[in-house]
Amino acid sequence: MKALEPLLFELARPGRSGGHVRADGSAEIPTSFARRAPLRLPELTEPQVVRHYTHLAQLNYAVDTGMYPLGSCTMKYNPKVNDRVAGLFADLHPRQSYRLTQGVLALAYELEQMLVKITGMDFVSLQPAAGAQSEFTALLVFKAYHAKRGQAAQRRRIIVPDSAHGTNPASAAMCGYEVTTVKSDARGNVDLEALRAALGPDVAGFMLTNPNTLGLFEERVREVCDAVHRAGGLVYGDGANMNALLGIARPGDLGFDCVHINVHKTFSTPHGAGGPGAGPLCVKAHLRPFLPKPWIVREADGSYHYDTAREDRDPETVGDSIGTIKQRLGNFGVLARAYTYMKSLGDEGLVETSEDAILAANYLLARLRPTYQVAYDRTPMHEFVLTAAPQKKKGASALDIAKGLIDEGFHPPSVYFPLIVAEAMMVEPTETEPKETLDAFAEAMLRVAERAGTDPESLHQAPLRAPLRRLDEVSAARKPVLKWKLPS
Amino acid sequence: MGRNPYSPHTDEDRREMLATIGTRNIDELITAIPADARRPRIGIGPGLSELEVQRHLEGLAALNVRAGDTAFFIGGPIQRRYIPAAVPVLALRGEFLTAYTPYQPEVSQGTLQAVFEYQSLMAELLAMDVVNSSMYDGGSAVAEAAFMAVRLTGRKKVVVATEVDFTYRRTLRTYARGPEIEIVEVPSAQLAASAAGAACLIAQHPDAFGTLVDVRAIADAAHAAGGLCVQVTEPHACALLEPPGALGADIAVGEGQPLGITMSYGGPHLGIFACREALVRQMPGRIAGQTLDANGTRGFVNTLQTREQHIRREKATSNICTNEALAGITAAVYMSLLGPAGLRAAARSGVARAHALAARLAAIPGCAIANDGPFFDRFTLRTRLGGWALRSALLDRRVQVEATAAHYLDGKRAGRDDVIIQCTELTSDGDADALVDAVSALMRTGAAAMAS
Repeated sequence: MKALEPLLFELARPGRSGGHVRADGSAEIPTSFARRAPLRLPELTEPQVVRHYTHLAQLNYAVDTGMYPLGSCTMKYNPKVNDRVAGLFADLHPRQSYRLTQGVLALAYELEQMLVKITGMDFVSLQPAAGAQSEFTALLVFKAYHAKRGQAAQRRRIIVPDSAHGTNPASAAMCGYEVTTVKSDARGNVDLEALRAALGPDVAGFMLTNPNTLGLFEERVREVCDAVHRAGGLVYGDGANMNALLGIARPGDLGFDCVHINVHKTFSTPHGAGGPGAGPLCVKAHLRPFLPKPWIVREADGSYHYDTAREDRDPETVGDSIGTIKQRLGNFGVLARAYTYMKSLGDEGLVETSEDAILAANYLLARLRPTYQVAYDRTPMHEFVLTAAPQKKKGASALDIAKGLIDEGFHPPSVYFPLIVAEAMMVEPTETEPKETLDAFAEAMLRVAERAGTDPESLHQAPLRAPLRRLDEVSAARKPVLKWKLPS
Repeated sequence: MGRNPYSPHTDEDRREMLATIGTRNIDELITAIPADARRPRIGIGPGLSELEVQRHLEGLAALNVRAGDTAFFIGGPIQRRYIPAAVPVLALRGEFLTAYTPYQPEVSQGTLQAVFEYQSLMAELLAMDVVNSSMYDGGSAVAEAAFMAVRLTGRKKVVVATEVDFTYRRTLRTYARGPEIEIVEVPSAQLAASAAGAACLIAQHPDAFGTLVDVRAIADAAHAAGGLCVQVTEPHACALLEPPGALGADIAVGEGQPLGITMSYGGPHLGIFACREALVRQMPGRIAGQTLDANGTRGFVNTLQTREQHIRREKATSNICTNEALAGITAAVYMSLLGPAGLRAAARSGVARAHALAARLAAIPGCAIANDGPFFDRFTLRTRLGGWALRSALLDRRVQVEATAAHYLDGKRAGRDDVIIQCTELTSDGDADALVDAVSALMRTGAAAMAS
């Protein structure tokens, strides 16, 4: 990797300019409104900017540079054709008339239908911009559903498993709910007895990831859903791990009332160094009235429009909808990529995707099982969770192992999640890594384990081959420096 | 093999892998799934080659009329602006595009430094102390600002101006259903008088119709009543107008798409979120911070993470995880290419064109500019045809404008039926002529049908 790069501000000199846009015409700003605050943005030439960002890019590990086995993140290959065709829709404004955006509506409508078929749900909202926003949207839908039955005030509580992603309880709290956590059982499933004990007439719903964050399929998923339903609650499916289920199982057949899809995981759209994503929400028919508006309508002649009589009509005044979470069709540029991926793969390709994801995870686990301890030793789906507790006893923590892997040339797995596993290391190889890469990663993991046994101290020093050594996160939080400051 | 073009496994690979696992086939690995639910048929059809899928998508795209195919005056939070060639070349490099959230900072310095630089550039533009890595969009940034004000004040009422863009107000009202926050909508002119008991006053400047708003008076009123001032703003406007930090805003939010990001029918875009330093512990979203490594070398990390969902779960300041980091990096590339002079020039071009165009339109008999005060780079045009009918009639002449109806129908404030004309540096003389000619012809004939 490249050497470090100065900040933009340190490269700038007053008077340099890119010459990209020149002012033409005069614009008088009323004096009382005109900017008086200084505007000390850096002044650079285009070649400087190009080299700066090229150098920064070279400091990053990415799917395009190597295997990225972050559990729960599905860092599969992001096909380039998806990026190119998304550009065909770049010069469209969401406030253009539906009459001028028939291609957008046709794509979105077909995407909804494809998601219905894959999830076994009945209807889809494409609006949520990410998984967490989709969780929040679904909980607003739950609230509206219970309100329609006169039970909004009574049903104040959401239950989550102790293995849940942090977004689940955070979304519930943001939606005004109290959060109850139920434990997992010895096989890594939701503890059904604990769940039953937590259920009651005050419960609005239960949030479940399946396969769960241990990479395990919930063995009694239907009993779990039935128990929640019998208590009058709804079951939310966190679709973060949908990459295991394409043509393998449908959440709609298992008892879920809704499920969100992280298209930036399952459907190959790039993660963009943290975002963007898109989180379509798929629901059963009984929740449809509450979905965000507007909805797309297809006419018999193959034309499309939004369901409001005039396209500018207030969605909140239409039926029982919760309103709008993100205008029109959400992150359409991301959704167009996901659509392209699904069209490229078709039925057989999608099934092969999940089969190969399951195969890769089980293969990697088979290679690592003799050396590493498995948290819950069942057959995993598309990812698995190891515990570095034995290595920790010898002096090398999951973090040390992660940093050791960096020196081996790999991005580490997710560490310290799920919270219920001590020294957790969550590995998701995805279906797009060839066997020789899986082997190389396994061998790197074994070498690091060997070092943990013989020379744990050396791992405390890792990484030594990255652009930087370990960073002081404690000081960063204690005395935050959150922007560049002019030298005084 | 070959069903998934991105699968690397040969049949022989698969056999070897199954043998290592000690199983005969995949079906033996999925027995935890209820038997009757295993292997459903999908039914979306066969896969396409790359060439076929490219042609298919081109066919869909051809059903759209692109903004640039017409004289285009729709804007608001999302604006059609010039994007320098270097912006996508740099921001869409695979090392940024295909990286994850920088959980391992030693191999993510490119992302972390670029985000830190975005925060620094945006803080300077807004004259605010702290900027986060990004929110989903302007709308969710407005809603999260309201939630943050509720947490900070303990009050459950938020007052928002009806001149705040309708998409922002819709998202705010939808979000508010969760924690049951009371949302009161009043005209900007009455905002200051509505501060009592409010967690915050939310004003947009320039407002949805382009009118300049006295944010200082609103901030003073909010502070006198013990509440916060949230200013919704636009990045180009901040290059020429006194920025939120100088007007007394405690939180500044807005849509960052105009900074080099494509319109893409509404996303992915950039939620700008900034606040005063004293409030940072209640800020939502990721923040990059500067620190040192074990050798004492400067580096960057995600910091103040005890605000976030992966640490605090139900006690987090927000549920946001995936954000729009790449859009923030794109905006930083754009700002560093344009520099202060280029950013001012782009902003000034829009203002100059809007004012020149408004003067020409106002000279047409039957037309008037309907803003309540001085305007920035968009304005409202009132005619006897009404806004919706004028919009539809212009559409038939390949001129695209936005009607104000959407803003008012849900603002519970009737009486304005105009169109909004947004200008940027991409508004050409030909576009302006097309609009003026079309409006002139319509006003002469008065023949605009009440379309749709």
